[in-house]
Amino acid sequence: MITEQIKSIKDLPLEENMFSGTPACAGCGGLLTLRHCLKMLGEKVVIVNAAGCFTLLSIYPFTPFRSSWLYTAMACAPAGAQGVRDALDILLEKGKIDPDENLKVVVLTGDGSAYDMGLSSTSGAIYRNLDFYYICYDNEAYGNTGFQESGSTPFASRTKTTSAGKEFAKKDLFEIWNSHKPPYLATISPAYPVDLANKFKKAEQYKGPKLFISLIPCPPGWSTDPSHTFKLAKLAVDTGVWALKESISGEVEHTVVPKKFKPVEDYLKEQGRFSHLFKPVRNEETLGKIQEMVNEYWKRYGILL
Amino acid sequence: MKKEMLTGNTAAAWGARLAEVDYIPAFPITPQTEIIETLSDWISEGDMRTRFVTLDSEHSMITAAGAASATGVRVFTATSSQGLMYGFEMLYTVAGWRVPLVMINVARGLSSPITLGPDHNDILAARDTGFLQIHCENCQEVLDSVLMAYRVAEDEKVLLPALVNLDGFYLSFTREPVEVPDIDSVRRFLPSYEPSHAFFRADQPMAQGVAVLGGAYYSYFKYQMHLASQQALGVYKEACREFEKEFGRKYDTIEQYRLDDAEYVLVMINSFSTLGKAAVNRAREQGIKAGLLRPRLLRPFPEEDIRNALKGKKRVAVVDQNISVGKGGILFSELASCLYNEKHRPLLMSFIGGLGGKNISHEEFAFIFDQLIKGEEAEVETPHLLYTQHEWEEMQKLKEIAGRV
Ligand code: SF4
Repeated sequence: MITEQIKSIKDLPLEENMFSGTPACAGCGGLLTLRHCLKMLGEKVVIVNAAGCFTLLSIYPFTPFRSSWLYTAMACAPAGAQGVRDALDILLEKGKIDPDENLKVVVLTGDGSAYDMGLSSTSGAIYRNLDFYYICYDNEAYGNTGFQESGSTPFASRTKTTSAGKEFAKKDLFEIWNSHKPPYLATISPAYPVDLANKFKKAEQYKGPKLFISLIPCPPGWSTDPSHTFKLAKLAVDTGVWALKESISGEVEHTVVPKKFKPVEDYLKEQGRFSHLFKPVRNEETLGKIQEMVNEYWKRYGILL
Repeated sequence: MKKEMLTGNTAAAWGARLAEVDYIPAFPITPQTEIIETLSDWISEGDMRTRFVTLDSEHSMITAAGAASATGVRVFTATSSQGLMYGFEMLYTVAGWRVPLVMINVARGLSSPITLGPDHNDILAARDTGFLQIHCENCQEVLDSVLMAYRVAEDEKVLLPALVNLDGFYLSFTREPVEVPDIDSVRRFLPSYEPSHAFFRADQPMAQGVAVLGGAYYSYFKYQMHLASQQALGVYKEACREFEKEFGRKYDTIEQYRLDDAEYVLVMINSFSTLGKAAVNRAREQGIKAGLLRPRLLRPFPEEDIRNALKGKKRVAVVDQNISVGKGGILFSELASCLYNEKHRPLLMSFIGGLGGKNISHEEFAFIFDQLIKGEEAEVETPHLLYTQHEWEEMQKLKEIAGRV
């Protein structure tokens, strides 16, 4: 399918569907992602939320959204989306509501739910071909509980429950989801809003699960300066750590490939969660292994030789 | 109105069919599967215009049920035992959303050890969640209670979800003649669900289930749920009156069996109370002034009706088909707290029987009445587990076979 592509950041919609003044941390990369996503989704949306940092965006009696919101629990936002979608379909079918009153159903969750507790209900929703959007803001740990290891935490990262650095690699959620062959699946980054916007434009044409994972810098968890969020998100892509790609019915394609890959070290050394790899002595072995893991990934696609 | 031979399970399915529910999210578990299988068949044969979706777990099922209800359709689902436990977190959550879905629980003992027989630890664990609870003794009551549950849950003064409970095996698979009311009278009693309180629409953005930071706000919302549940008592009584007018069958928050002049009272719920009624009859034949009280509504708890029903009674035995480990019978505690402030309250004794579907025999009921008559002189521990000599010997045999005596 061919859709009209957005070429530059100037073409992004001007309207904001999320207002400022949220209680999220300064410099939260997830918030930046969500802002762009909601620009693309518009205001006729119901967000079904799983427990995570963004649960605290809507605190009674305030909400920063133009659209509707339903907080479920940690394990089951996709099931909540199922209920809302099915109910809307029933009401539409019966003529009880006008098509204008219809809503896009969007699941919003952090990596803790997406990679761990909510994985089974997500798998169920994908398998049932539920017509919904799923956005995971992935800061690679349980963020709002103070940064503990999740299934998404990468190799060697320090968290409050992996103080010597994590032993094994992060789960490949993209591939787990891709094995279900959803109509549309993509990784996104707040540092590449044009890529992000085009992916939402493309996804819009498909009925069924439309899934998005965004790697997002998290200043308090990553121990980074809030003003470096954008730069770090960009470095993740430019070093090849975060591959921007999409998959249509199981066929994977990369949408942004760095012309020349920057060394992974450039990305790691900026972050407190990896500082043990540099101080008090450089841990060459681990640094080498991380670079090797990234190289391996790109070699699999014949992009790095 | 026609009569059909229905199991407890199919009576529950008929309840959902007659309530013309819009949506059924489902997940199988014994012994409730017959309910969702029956509904699924009816839907595929075109007898019901209902959307049926199988979910990936009870946790997801209850979530989908609550979310659909919050979007404004009438929702039905069913579970049992471990399934209810697996979805437990969401019982609190959807009750807090104030959505009037109706869920059947087919009572079954809880693991471990894993078993199939019924007791009430599953359903009674849910008594604090905010769900209303109706407990049924027979198949007719199951069908009728589903209709009543919607009527009460959907009332604007209530807006809480409801659980209708029936015993696994003893009722789920017992076939009885059941009057299946015609759809027009059901529609008169239970009009279609037209919510006005909260739903998701494009022109009316709404945040539902949002966080509250601070105990004062949290307390406010929780207490609102309590008040709504209290309101449900009146709404339920009203529903009973209208139900009787429409269908001729009389229900109340409690059932009183030969209670008027009774001095010795059994308190029991669910299908085992049929055994209790037979025991009352036998005791009466022996000249014992026996009676039985069966709470039908457990949440909200009909305290006043229970107090009135037990006024002037000498001694009361609560026969709990559950065990709160480390405490005893749950219903006993409920009764005790209900009667504590009464000036002239009866002596209360606690018995535990029927766990995991264990039969309660004639002799055991006779033993209970014996203890009631002895009263203060009785020398049984409390709570007292009903267990026959024969059962004890059987158990010893099994232990020998298992090899660890
Ligand atoms: S903890 Fe991290 S992910 Fe969570 S709100 Fe703060 S910056 Fe964002």
